[in-house]
Amino acid sequence: MAKITLDNLAHSYLPNPTSEDDFALKELNHDWVDGEAYALLGASGCGKSTLLNIISGLLHPSQGRILFNDRDVTNDPTTKRNIAQVFQFPVVYDTMTVRDNLAFPLRNRGADAAYVAQRVQQIAGMIGMEDMLNRKARGLTADAKQKISLGRGMVREDVNALLFDEPLTVIDPHMKWELRTQLKSLHHEFGHTMIYVTHDQTEALTFADKVVVMYDGRVVQMGTPQELFETPQHTFVGYFIGSPGMNVLDATVTGDKAVIGGHEIALGHGFAPLDGKVELGVRPEFTRLATGEAGLPVTIKRIEDVGRHKIVRADFNGNEINVIAEEGAEISPDMNRIVFDPAGVNVYANSWRVAPQGA
Amino acid sequence: MSLVLQGVSKVVNGQTHIHPTDLELQSGTMNVLLGPTSAGKTSLMRLMAGLDVPNTGKVIWNGEDVTGMRVQDRGVAMVYQQFINYPSMTVYNNIASPMRLLGKSKDEIDSAVRKAADLMQLTPMLDRKPLELSGGQQQRCALARALVKDAGLVLLDEPLANLDYKLREELRAEIPKIFEEAGSIFVYATTEPEEALLLGGHTATLWEGRITQFGLTPVVYRQPVDATTARVFSDPPMNFLNITKAGDTLTFGDGNTVATFGNFKTVADGSYVAGFRPNHLELSKQSDDALEFAGKLNVTEITGSETFIHLDHHGENWVGLVHGVKDLKIGAPLNVYLDPTHVYIFAEDGTSVAPASYAAAA
Repeated sequence: MAKITLDNLAHSYLPNPTSEDDFALKELNHDWVDGEAYALLGASGCGKSTLLNIISGLLHPSQGRILFNDRDVTNDPTTKRNIAQVFQFPVVYDTMTVRDNLAFPLRNRGADAAYVAQRVQQIAGMIGMEDMLNRKARGLTADAKQKISLGRGMVREDVNALLFDEPLTVIDPHMKWELRTQLKSLHHEFGHTMIYVTHDQTEALTFADKVVVMYDGRVVQMGTPQELFETPQHTFVGYFIGSPGMNVLDATVTGDKAVIGGHEIALGHGFAPLDGKVELGVRPEFTRLATGEAGLPVTIKRIEDVGRHKIVRADFNGNEINVIAEEGAEISPDMNRIVFDPAGVNVYANSWRVAPQGA
Repeated sequence: MSLVLQGVSKVVNGQTHIHPTDLELQSGTMNVLLGPTSAGKTSLMRLMAGLDVPNTGKVIWNGEDVTGMRVQDRGVAMVYQQFINYPSMTVYNNIASPMRLLGKSKDEIDSAVRKAADLMQLTPMLDRKPLELSGGQQQRCALARALVKDAGLVLLDEPLANLDYKLREELRAEIPKIFEEAGSIFVYATTEPEEALLLGGHTATLWEGRITQFGLTPVVYRQPVDATTARVFSDPPMNFLNITKAGDTLTFGDGNTVATFGNFKTVADGSYVAGFRPNHLELSKQSDDALEFAGKLNVTEITGSETFIHLDHHGENWVGLVHGVKDLKIGAPLNVYLDPTHVYIFAEDGTSVAPASYAAAA
């Protein structure tokens, strides 16, 4: 297991990058703590696979260094980095049995037979393939083959890190839950340093201790699932995490008050004077419908009954505001206001969260 | 327009994919086929489309028996889970292709293509090739092509399954609007209860090749006729608990007893299965008469704005779903609460005896 350090790292796919826009991965300094499970989460094209490929050695960065336990490995090929990788699509030896596929990385490094047998049995139990150990991989479903890939990735205990690139893409939906929770308990058991790339929020938030959200080649937030939900550091995080995402509204902020389209909102905290484009972000969970004079005047456009709750789509001066209401909540036609819970209001300047004074 | 299935069944290599099924669909309606993988959704759609011929029964379109008629001769459009577009054609020509095959005039084609592109927000991309589009745009292109065909029957087989969840969120909101404008019969297959609820209309729940219930979507959701329907139409699945009633006392499977509550007061003495949805399990006592259950937290799953709580209640796996992101200790004891009005009662064979009282009132 190893600590992984990204030192001044950046990458451009162009030979002579001139501006920041030319970089698929913008300058990054970070320590991946030994033994933690991280998820790299973002939409396609955000740079998450670029970063993973640099860590694995498939890609040489155009700038900066990468260190494993403080040793510079920037110029080492993948084979010398002692890492295990699991890719989006299964990589298995069709002519070998499931058992031999799982044992391959161990035998390759000369592990003794008794240890190999015991370890393969243990991994097979985890991926639920104990009954299939003697079958050839050929003819198995894509699901089953990907489980073998996952198992083979985890079979060695002495790797520096385990890297996963969208490993559950081909897995049937009802199996996904099982596998991602298994990966999590596996991490608790073995304490590997794990880095898991995905565009799926549930996979990322369920699997990882720390989620690294990437947007446009940049890390916009690294935090626990709770931090990403309660205090998104960038409006993109608010939008991307959660369904529906955070409501974002143009505002002016003075002290502990915000004004949105002429309507005053109490913030609960004071703020120093802000520069740039100022916005309020409030998740639908902290937004409720009301009658009367307080709050923002809105028109209800649509009510979606999704069973466990209702999603109310309301219009405020041409902006959509989403509200989550209880399953049994009565939504009467005279509900013409939206009220925010001050505890759930975040303030943004040029898309980045501003911490309130004294917090 | 109407589509009627009369005793339609399909057996492949001795395996029954669809048991004899009756179903009647009307024009201008959205009909969701909801069920897990291999419940028979695609098989049923293929029978409706005429891609497969049923072993028994009839398919009747507008009063006419079309059972043996080829798919090409029927007014059917189909959209699959994989985005299928012609890679060498522009988006415009992709959308126009079904109309060209039908020999429509240039003006007719142009106005239909532009209307469909506008609905699907593809207008700026009409001159691009499909591979220059994002996954969501590619699937919107396939949807637009199905729409311009102006078919009487439009079949959508998990059309959003391969998109990432943010795009799915956007398209789910758009699709019902599009359907409101067209007068066709829409059939939409999905594995996700939330998608069925968002689409509205009617839902048929499928389980092992059988339709277990067909009706207005919110009614099927809140008043399932049996435990199988309740399980299919709940994600995560409904939780169950064995209960024996003897007069004023209810005995749970674990031996605990409580005073007979809620809708149990109106049923005869005997053995029942109580069912309740994950979102009705609470982490704190919300009402005086809420039932309390002791459990142990096995694992939590976080979706971004909600937390799934998997707990062990005397050897039974239960799932709870709560708002917000909760940081709970794995392996620790966890008490959960349940309001009696949220309890469904099923007979031991799974037939509904009494729906939850909150749902019966809704």
